[in-house]
Amino acid sequence: MSRIPPLAITAFTATCAAGRGRDALAAALASRTGGLRQNDFNELPCWIGRVAGIGQAPLPAAWRAWESRNHRLAWLGLQQDGFHEQALAAIERYGASRVALIVGTSTSSIGETERAYRELDDGHFNAEQRQRRGHAAHALGAFVQQALAVRGPCLTIATACSSSAKVFASAERLLHAGIADAAIVGGVDTLCGSVLYGFNSLELVSSEPCRPFDVQRSGLSLGEAAGFALLENIHADKSAPRLIGYGESADAHHMSAPHPQGLGAERALRDALERAGLEPHEVDYINLHGTASRQNDEVEAMLIARAFPATTLASSTKGWTGHTLGAAGIVEANIALLALERGLVPGTLNTQTLDPACGPQIQIDNREGNVRIALSNSFGFGGNNCCLAFAAGAAA
Amino acid sequence: MNSLAISVAGIGVWSPQWPNWDVAQAMLCGKVETAAEPAPRPAPTLLPPAERRRAPEAVLIAVEAAQQACAMALREPRELAHVFASAYGDLVVNDYLCATLARAPGELSPTRFHNSVHNAPAGYWAIATGCMRSSTAVSAGDSTFGAALLEAALMARNEAALLVVSDVAAVGPLQDVIACRHGFAVAFVLAPETAHSSSGLRLRLCGGTAPLAQDASLLQANHRGNPAAASLPLLAALARRQAATLRASAGPELTLEMEISF
Repeated sequence: MSRIPPLAITAFTATCAAGRGRDALAAALASRTGGLRQNDFNELPCWIGRVAGIGQAPLPAAWRAWESRNHRLAWLGLQQDGFHEQALAAIERYGASRVALIVGTSTSSIGETERAYRELDDGHFNAEQRQRRGHAAHALGAFVQQALAVRGPCLTIATACSSSAKVFASAERLLHAGIADAAIVGGVDTLCGSVLYGFNSLELVSSEPCRPFDVQRSGLSLGEAAGFALLENIHADKSAPRLIGYGESADAHHMSAPHPQGLGAERALRDALERAGLEPHEVDYINLHGTASRQNDEVEAMLIARAFPATTLASSTKGWTGHTLGAAGIVEANIALLALERGLVPGTLNTQTLDPACGPQIQIDNREGNVRIALSNSFGFGGNNCCLAFAAGAAA
Repeated sequence: MNSLAISVAGIGVWSPQWPNWDVAQAMLCGKVETAAEPAPRPAPTLLPPAERRRAPEAVLIAVEAAQQACAMALREPRELAHVFASAYGDLVVNDYLCATLARAPGELSPTRFHNSVHNAPAGYWAIATGCMRSSTAVSAGDSTFGAALLEAALMARNEAALLVVSDVAAVGPLQDVIACRHGFAVAFVLAPETAHSSSGLRLRLCGGTAPLAQDASLLQANHRGNPAAASLPLLAALARRQAATLRASAGPELTLEMEISF
């Protein structure tokens, strides 16, 4: 595994239950104000991380054929932190065919397909649903591509909960090979029947707000989110935070349970550190996957305890956002970048007593400090793992 | 625009008419006129017997093609990073999910739910082969073949990687919005280009819209509507060992030029 040249992250944004945009998210993290609420999306008795106002925010008229909850959230997410304008400026600067678009999602617009099935007309999609452009995995990539009029390589990655972490790896390969000059990456997933009832059928959903790494944790709280980042050559902005490494792996163990010793996750972590040219002691903060499922948190806690010294701080922020599935990678990349930018090291919300498997790295309380290197872990069904490594930009 | 130079080290296919590359190759070369009796579903020996029986068709056809490509390339599957691409994912399980949610959401099957992830074939493949390398599942609509070939080629520049592109037929009401009527899977083991490469593949992106393959002999009725069928011109050139410069859509106004040489 050889080192990769770092890439500048010249814009980034996230919209989730904890807030719209970076400042709102940072403020929620700092004040420990979580975004989870009792499920008012459907009948299941659980807590969810719902983004308020999506129902009242239709897509602009030009995109009516793309209507879906997922595309509404994608559009809302693009409008935060001036990201849309910065993306258009990059497209103008490099040319539309030289900017790649790589997005991640687990369920794309399946919520719209679920609706079509509820509204079947004599066993067939009704006329309105036949016009919809949302009934396939790539709907997200295709919609954002249309909305931004970007014409470089475009791909939707759908590896469940690691989807929008892996977008950084694919973008790095494209830029490294000179196939594109810049890449817009992101991820969007929205609440829908499939994931709420699906995770519930696997007995992974908690009836209370999720408590990552708590000894009494009882499962996850599902959420929804959109996030984006703009990657460019390091010379575009030397003061911008950087993507310095990534690692991708498979558990080769089970479709919905992690490898019991976390060997796949460890491999992704090791590859990320190797590509970044880092030793574990150089890592200041790790945003953990930390879903609050019994198995994930135990395996991940053991991995962090054996791989890092006590000086590395680690936490799960899913108590603020819920588990946003295919958007978790980009949301938590944003939180890692906020840690680098603002010295804000979030703790773990809702958690009272840490599982004994946790080492000294995992924090309940927030901290402040100088963060130069931050990692983000994302693990998905199918045993799909991704670890990202970020560094602060050069001091101005 | 930079080009990527790789090589094709192994090929695998599965469709009801093409149980393997030998049959496909014979038909693509015109040595066999009529299709064989359609096969029901493949039974890839790499999967444990229980999985072979109960795994969804979307998993079986992808794993079958992948297994063939690795065997032809004489590569250990566990050593290959892999890209599994599908425009629509598992349409059978999606139909089940949506129909069950509309009728009785509490009855959703946990197994069928975890099989619904787009990376289910990649997950089953990794588990069956013990492969812990980078594993991804991607989609790009009608341009899935071109976009996924580019993604896999970027990995294969450094070391061999496996690409699988597959879709199954739409079922139930999904047929109203998805034109895919027959399952088809194609797999390639792609490797870095060396002086010994027998099938060199040079990829280059260019603007414009790739014409759909017009060669009627390639566009057999049973592949029509399946996004993986965009691989047919490349398969034909490989079958005939005929140097060619081909084009596949990689997105709106984006074409992947594929220069194949022997």
